[in-house]
Order: sequence, then C-alpha cells, then structure tokens
Amino acid sequence: MSRKVSNALGLVVALVWVFPVYWMVSSSFLDSAQVRSKNPVFWPFGGDASAYGRVFDDAFLASMRLSVTVTLITVVVALLLAFLTAIAVSRFRFRGRKALILTVLIVQMIPAEGLFISQYKMLEGWHLLNSILGLSLLYVAAVLPFTVWMLRGFVEGIPVDLEHAAMIDGCSRTRAFFVVTFPLLAPGLVACGVYAFLQAWNEFTLATVVMSPSNRTVPLWLRGLTTSSNAAIDWPGVMAGAVLVAVPVMVFFIIVQNKMTSGLVAGAVKG
Amino acid sequence: MSDLLVAPSVPPKRRRPGARRRPLSSKASRRVRTVAPYLLVLPVVVTLAVALGYPLVRQLVMSFQEFGLAQQFGAEPEWVGLENYKTLLTDDATWAVIIRSLVFCAVNAAVTMILGMAVAVLKTKLSTWVRIVVQSVLLLAWAMPVIASMTVWQWLFDTQYGVINWLLVKLGLGQYEQHSWLLEPMSFFFVATVIVVWMSVPFVAFSLYAALTQVSAEQLEAAQLDGAGPWQRFRHITVPTIMPVVYVVSLLQVVWDLRVFAQIYYLQGAGGLRSETDLLGTHIYNLGIGQSSYGMASAVAIFMLVLTLVLTIGYVRKLAKED
Repeated sequence: MSRKVSNALGLVVALVWVFPVYWMVSSSFLDSAQVRSKNPVFWPFGGDASAYGRVFDDAFLASMRLSVTVTLITVVVALLLAFLTAIAVSRFRFRGRKALILTVLIVQMIPAEGLFISQYKMLEGWHLLNSILGLSLLYVAAVLPFTVWMLRGFVEGIPVDLEHAAMIDGCSRTRAFFVVTFPLLAPGLVACGVYAFLQAWNEFTLATVVMSPSNRTVPLWLRGLTTSSNAAIDWPGVMAGAVLVAVPVMVFFIIVQNKMTSGLVAGAVKG
Repeated sequence: MSDLLVAPSVPPKRRRPGARRRPLSSKASRRVRTVAPYLLVLPVVVTLAVALGYPLVRQLVMSFQEFGLAQQFGAEPEWVGLENYKTLLTDDATWAVIIRSLVFCAVNAAVTMILGMAVAVLKTKLSTWVRIVVQSVLLLAWAMPVIASMTVWQWLFDTQYGVINWLLVKLGLGQYEQHSWLLEPMSFFFVATVIVVWMSVPFVAFSLYAALTQVSAEQLEAAQLDGAGPWQRFRHITVPTIMPVVYVVSLLQVVWDLRVFAQIYYLQGAGGLRSETDLLGTHIYNLGIGQSSYGMASAVAIFMLVLTLVLTIGYVRKLAKED
C-alpha cells in the first residue's frame, strides 16, 4: 500500500471519529430554524450561543453541585485509602497480602450491573438511597481496586534503597518515607486522582439506580434533556449541555491518558 | 465499575516488593512492623467489605429466595432454593436475553478488535502529520463521556433531522427519508454497535499501536535479509511480540461489552422496544428496580458475575502470579 493511499485512509478514519465530536460543538450553535432546515447546517459559526443560555439553568447548577460534591468525596477518600493500602502492599510482607491483591484484581473486573440490585437494597435499608453519602460510598468502592493497583505500581517503582539511605542518615522509617518517597509519588497520585475524578464524574449506571429524578448528577441531567417532555427535543440545547458536561473532563482525560496506556502496555508486554 | 474506557487494568512495571528488608532493630519495632500493614489496609478492606462484599453475600442469599413486592412491604422472604436459577435456565425470555447479550458482546468485541487492529497497523504506515491528526482525533473521541456521546449519536441518527438519514438519502437510498432507527430490534442493535465500536476503537488502536512500535526493527530487517517475506515477518516476529497486548485488550473488550448498561438503557429511552432489546444489564435493572422482583434479578446478576469471573480468572491469576 503506497504512502498516499495510507494517508487517505488515515484521513477517512480521522473524519469518522472526529465528526460526532465536531457535530456536538457545531450543533450547539444552531438556532431553531437552522436545526429544522432540510439540509443540515455544517458551518453554524456566526450562529448564536443562546442554547447555552437555555440549558444553563437552576437544574443544571443543582446537578453540577451534586456531581462536584460526590466527585470530590470520591477522589479524596479513594486516594487516601488507596495510598495507605499501596504502601502496605508494596513495602511490607504480611500474611494475607496475596489474598488481598487477588481480591483487588477480581473486584476490578466486577461489572456494576452484577451488584447494583443488592447495593440498591442495601442503601434502601440504611435510608441512604438518593443521598450523597450513599452514592459516594458506591463510587469509592468502585474506583478503589484500580487506584490501589495503579498506585502500588508507582510505589514499587521508587527504589526502597532511597529510603534506606535516608534512614542511614538518621531519618526514622516513617520520616524517610515522607521525605523521600512521597514527593516522588506525586505524579502517581495525580494520575490516580484524575482517574477517580473521571470515573465519578461520568458515571451513569449506579447513579441511575440509586438517585431519584429530584437529585441528578450531571450525566443524568444531560440524559434528562432528551427525555424530559413530549415536545420536540431541543437539539442545540442538548448539544450545548453535552459540551458543558464533556469539555472539562476531556481536557483532564487528554492530560493523563498517556500514563495509563503506557502502564497497560508495560505490564502486558512483560507478561 | 462505570463505563468510561479509561481503565486498562494492568500495572506499570514493578519489582518484587519487600524483597529486601531492613534488619529489625528491636522487639518494639518488630511489633510495629507486624501490625502496621494491617492498620494500613484496614480502611480499604472495610470499604470493600461494606460496599461490595456485603451486597454480594446478600445478593447470593436473595437469589435463593422469593423476594418480590410482598417482601418490599415487610413480608418474610421465602426460601425457594434453586427455583430462581431454574427459571433462569428454562425461561425462554431470559434465555433470549442471555443469548442476545453473548452475541452482542461477541460481535462488538470482534468488530472493535478488527477495526482497532486495522487502525493501529494503518498508523504505522502514515506520514507523521497524518499520524498526529489520527492520534489526536482518536484521543478526542476516547475522552468523550458516555452520555455526551450518546446524546450526539441520538442526534446523528435522528429520524427527522439526523445527518445520517440525510446522507443516506443523498447517496440515493430514498427509503431512509424519515427512517426510524430504533424501532426494529436488529436496527436498534446496529445503532448500539456503531456507538459502542466508535467509543471503544480508540483504546484498542492506541494499545495495539504502542505494542506494534515495540516490534524490533533489527529483527525484521535481519529476517528480511534472510529472505523472509512480509507475511512470514508478520507471522513470526510481529505477532509473537504483540500477542500479550492483543490478549489483554480483547479480554477487557469482552468484559466491557458484556456490560453495556448505559448505552442500551439510553437507547431504549430514546425509542427502543425494551422487551426485545434488553441485554443482561438492563434486564437485571428492569427485573429489580422496575418490577421489584429482587430474587430473580439477583439470580441473573449472580449469573452475570460468574460469567465475568469465568472469562477473567485466567488473566487475574496470571497477574497475581507475576506479583
């Protein structure tokens, strides 16, 4: 296959994958006449941004508040807990360590759909349905396995000899850890934090199960825009909503994905 | 876990942990060292036990019970032994859901892997600037949150003003004028497949491309000098090198495509016929949350968990052994 043919094919692939993203942004600037025109409007620039005004309402702000709260709790709690476990697993040998690792790996594969019924019943019994606490609990448990696994990889990447050197210089073990290893761990913590952030922010399944229509996270709010009434769907509005929901997390994602993919490949090629 | 495709479940390179230990200085510090790891792991163990372990046990129990609306209003659940599982294995409607899920999963995983592989190989043959364009675009698509993507695709497939119908009519396929894509089950699943594949290919293409770049150029060159043709070089040098990645990525793809709750639930809300488009995830949801038939929902959920476990246990054991 010549270089020219490959390049042409490559551009076709790029077009297919970029078009929906482009369409989301461009449709959000259509006005109500353009959206109903016989031929789609491919270049709405110079169009209007009133769709953003329409969706940026109290319901949106309320769902933002809920999502931000749940996401923050998830990130902070999951990072802290995963950090402690990562240290234990990579810096100590103890009975049950293997079993713990195996459990974490298995739990990581569990689909939310396989447990959400009994999680629903559990939260219902504790009067935690439709609550920030209940949803956060499920989210923390959902992201913990992968954060533990990823973070332990980072801790083990830092030679323990560095700590030993610090201890020879008179540091206590704990102090050596915090002075030497902890700062080197910052990138790992950031990557895990962003992972937890993305998971909690985009999560749809568990939120659908345990939250009620009065209390919606951002993805539920977005879906609500297409199902809320019998009237025709306000597509520019929905697309504006999608942009508001998607763009901030896409920025985060693009920053960290490199770390995660290389982690995958390093682990897999080794095996 | 949720549906975002961010989570390649393999760790970075690692060393054998705790292989070297500091000599213990005193009894007290030895005691600290025995207790410390347990204290450190305690919060995670407790959280997982509460949020996953307890529901799992409870679900197992419920799956052996008649647990429906009456129990919701306070009646004692009734033990029915394997009744729910018997229903699961003999009821035609449930079987239809299971078969549908397995076929959907197999088709989606296969199409995703083939396309992902094709894009990855294509990427090795591109000029630098085109490769950067393709790379950026795939990353952009990969970063899209599931529900945002769903709204865009619903809009693209819209009956009245959707671009796809417009395009098909322009291409001379007049029957797609005002065509409704979600009404027919086969057409519904076609749309679902297009969306799932669109969302999944970037991850596969990225991973496989990274693996392809690990293939040794010297080896390929040496083989060529020794007279190996392109196919032989691919078969004996490229394939063995990328096989581990192909294995992991396909496994993850299968696991992910088995649990496509968000996509199917969304499309059903957008106009799909629920009874004929349910897959395992939405079926469990409808049984449990919809009909309060918790016993039966639990049995199906346990079935799904066992299925996932069977699929992944080999991989998980391999990972744990490497530790």
